[in-house]
Amino acid sequence: MRYNRLALYAMLGIAALMILAPVFIMVSTSLKSMDEIRDGSIFALPAEPNFDAWGEAWFGDCTQTVGEDCGGLSSSFLTSVKIVIPALFLSVGLGAVTGYALAAWKMRGANLMFAALLVGMFIPPQVTLYPLIIMVRELGIFGSIPGLVLVHVIWGVAFTTMMFRNFFKTVPQDLLKAARIDGAGFWPLFWHVMLPLSLPILGVAMILQFTYIWNDFLLGLTFGGRSGQPMTVALNNLVGSQFGEKEYNVDMAATMLTALPTLAVYLLSGRLFVRGIAAGAVKG
Amino acid sequence: MAEPAQGALKTSHDGRWRWRPQWTARMALIPAMTITIVCFYGFIIWTFVISLTRSRLLPVYKFTGFDQYVRLFANERWWTAMQNIAIHGFLFIGGCIVFGYLLAILIDRGVKAEGMFRTVFMLPLSMSFIVTGVIWQWVMNPGLGLQDAVRELGWTTFEFNWIVRQDRSIYTLAIAGIWQQVGLCMALFLAGLRNVDPNIWKASRVDGIPVWRVYLHVITPMMRTVFFTVFILMSAIVMKAYDLVVALTGGGPGFSSDLPAKFVVDHILNRQELGLGAAGAFVLLCTVIAVISPYIHFELRKARDGGGH
Repeated sequence: MRYNRLALYAMLGIAALMILAPVFIMVSTSLKSMDEIRDGSIFALPAEPNFDAWGEAWFGDCTQTVGEDCGGLSSSFLTSVKIVIPALFLSVGLGAVTGYALAAWKMRGANLMFAALLVGMFIPPQVTLYPLIIMVRELGIFGSIPGLVLVHVIWGVAFTTMMFRNFFKTVPQDLLKAARIDGAGFWPLFWHVMLPLSLPILGVAMILQFTYIWNDFLLGLTFGGRSGQPMTVALNNLVGSQFGEKEYNVDMAATMLTALPTLAVYLLSGRLFVRGIAAGAVKG
Repeated sequence: MAEPAQGALKTSHDGRWRWRPQWTARMALIPAMTITIVCFYGFIIWTFVISLTRSRLLPVYKFTGFDQYVRLFANERWWTAMQNIAIHGFLFIGGCIVFGYLLAILIDRGVKAEGMFRTVFMLPLSMSFIVTGVIWQWVMNPGLGLQDAVRELGWTTFEFNWIVRQDRSIYTLAIAGIWQQVGLCMALFLAGLRNVDPNIWKASRVDGIPVWRVYLHVITPMMRTVFFTVFILMSAIVMKAYDLVVALTGGGPGFSSDLPAKFVVDHILNRQELGLGAAGAFVLLCTVIAVISPYIHFELRKARDGGGH
């Protein structure tokens, strides 16, 4: 029996090490110099850890490029923040209201509409990409942050609506009836009864939407243009297009910088993330 | 209780016109409904229409029937991509299910620090596919990565250069993909295992059945729906797989690790082959529908049975 327990922990430990190894390699490579990377193993700890590569990944290397842009990630970090904040609040807000209307107000066709929305979550974004480009271009916001916010709201609303609709369906109908008999209209019922009830699910939706929007690549690549490049797109460009010798320490520092916001949200939120990720997994 | 809606519906009885909250509810649905009808279904139809034209750089509405589909199915790169999605799908989904289920069983055996293990296994999920791809590209770098590290340990003939080999590059996608998604599968399986009636365990202990046999012959068949859900969720990820290929192999060497989603984006955005790209997108959509329709049917039935009141 004791050997069984030992084997159990050994297997879990090995699995945990295999998951953590690439993360460890990323951090440790980012703290090394290029000489050390060339001479040593990827598993070796940095001999003289320093943040030079982090500085270069963030600010860029202005000695190598011409013009104002030095190739650092700092400007695209700001772009990502400017995209995420409005897109997050708009998509979660719209999902909350839509989910509430579908779940709490009996309407003909509500189930049909929910089904249509649910199917929408599975549509690969590539399928509607070109018409979406035309629409955003016609609106005159192609290649700008408002354009990206709009497409993120469009792509996020199915997921957020599903989260809220499924939650509001579990609210006892008697509670809703009582509120309606008291004369509560659509908005008072939402603000004073339903929204306070839904705080946990609101948290889950916010965390997941933050992660999805921050981690998006395809929409940022397509709709961002030059001025609206989010961090994932900038990272991919940085890694893909270095002149001369590749600087792996800078690549890894840039990767770390891109991953940090969502990593931090994950580690701080714990349970909420786990609760939501299963429901939202279809988004990929 | 007999006439629950009296308060809200009183308006029509006294004959006076008054705004009803139901109408507000309908209006609140307009934005989401517009998005669903226009941006989901309308745009799918639009893409289909484009796929029937000979559009290249810009949409040109000169119809050529199914010519683009004929071109698509004669396109060698498309067939490589289709073959690759089959290989990648099999390895990635299979790997996620096997490893995810094993991890869930290990954790389900009642370990200390369960929370810590779960946090570790799900950590990669918070990172983007781009981040995952860039990390693994470095780990699998034949010059300075894993191959080099193992050789330095003394095993000088060790080879792990799949990422630069035409015949192996597709397998690297599955490695990075499983690393990222295995935690999600574990979490779903673990939730399923926790729902198993504890009496089953008591009964099997009384009968002296070995633990592994209980898992294999009793628990696993009970987890059918969880396996089904995991399969569908992972399939959806495979169909959409774009970011990971771009960041890990760029579809190369050559087109050896190309996937349909990447084929479509490349032809629409970079190659000025809008019609061909649209045809590819539509074929991709049909594949998705074929795979997920049983799941949607299942979810809706669950929503109708369980979510009702």
